Amino acid sequence: MRRLLPYPVLAASLLIMWVLLNGLSVGHVVLGCIVAVGASLAMVALQPDKPMVRRWDMIPRLVTVVLIDILRSNIEVAAIILTGRRMGKPGFVMIPLELRDPTGLAILACIITSTPGTAWVEYHAGSGRLRIHVLDLIDEPALVDQIKQRYESLLMEIFE
Amino acid sequence: MSGVIISWSVTIAQLLLVCAMACALLRLVRGPRAQDRILGFDALYVGAMLLLLTVGIRTGSTIYFETALVISLLGFVSTVALAKFLMRGEVIE
Amino acid sequence: MTPFADLPVWVALLTAFFLILGSGLTLLGAIGLLKFERFYQRIHAPTLGTTWGAGGLLIASIILFSALQSRPVLHEILIAIFITVTTPVSLMLLARAALYRDRIEGNDGIPDFEAITASSKDQPSPDP
Repeated sequence: MRRLLPYPVLAASLLIMWVLLNGLSVGHVVLGCIVAVGASLAMVALQPDKPMVRRWDMIPRLVTVVLIDILRSNIEVAAIILTGRRMGKPGFVMIPLELRDPTGLAILACIITSTPGTAWVEYHAGSGRLRIHVLDLIDEPALVDQIKQRYESLLMEIFE
Repeated sequence: MSGVIISWSVTIAQLLLVCAMACALLRLVRGPRAQDRILGFDALYVGAMLLLLTVGIRTGSTIYFETALVISLLGFVSTVALAKFLMRGEVIE
Repeated sequence: MTPFADLPVWVALLTAFFLILGSGLTLLGAIGLLKFERFYQRIHAPTLGTTWGAGGLLIASIILFSALQSRPVLHEILIAIFITVTTPVSLMLLARAALYRDRIEGNDGIPDFEAITASSKDQPSPDP
């Protein structure tokens, strides 16, 4: 079983995607199983790091927090574009991160970049420092605190 | 009544998306630098994909949604390739 | 327009609201792309279109096609997942490429590389 399905989550999501795209029928389920098993065997050759999710129950909370924050910053950025007025000024911010898990960092990068108003610019793995660009920077320590408390602590609980 | 509301709102949405694509195209033409053009291209293909979604809503056909998926796939791959080219294309080494 | 005629009016109004919200946000993002002066500001604008802009249109089509029950609404979910995963990746790569080019050319207002590699006093570096 482990030999045939080394990445069960990947195989399951491939099967689900196959069925979603092609419609539910016995033939497509069988074909989707073949594709899923073949693709996960191909992934073994690439030898990616296996992400370890420790707390599945925290994921819905993270998704809710992120969706609300994205909605809020959508409104802020839309107001900036419409009125041309902003409270602060654009600038780069450096954030020291404690999160080291690669999957957690990838998800943090997606969260920060897809929030309008903040964009991930670079990360240095040796010192664990992240540089982001902020469109409307008012209070730098408050922003660092917000990112560390809202996202990083949740991601550390999920992955570390 | 509902038919009128939906057909008008789809038309307005299509008009707004065409304006968005025009803005992105203007940024693509104006530049001033290569990364600005790629950013404009990125916004352009997202607009094209959303426009196809509205066409799919109007006709109710699944084909347009699959086309939208293919457009976003190709756009993503080409943006990544172009960004990688900017990183490595003119390295002074 | 015949399939939409026998829908309840509130479903039509809700669909219209999300359609116009989504496309309006996309347009605002594109205007921001045109209006902002520097590249690092412009990079914030397209995310408006790819988060709630695309989200609004997808919610509208989910509402409409669940009410019509003409086809399952799963393609929309796939597109939404795909957009949320791919847009940040391409924007991040673009930002890094722009930073790299600006550093090589020595442009003003670009933070230098040494600041991020140096280990600070309050943050002990992980490897001894």
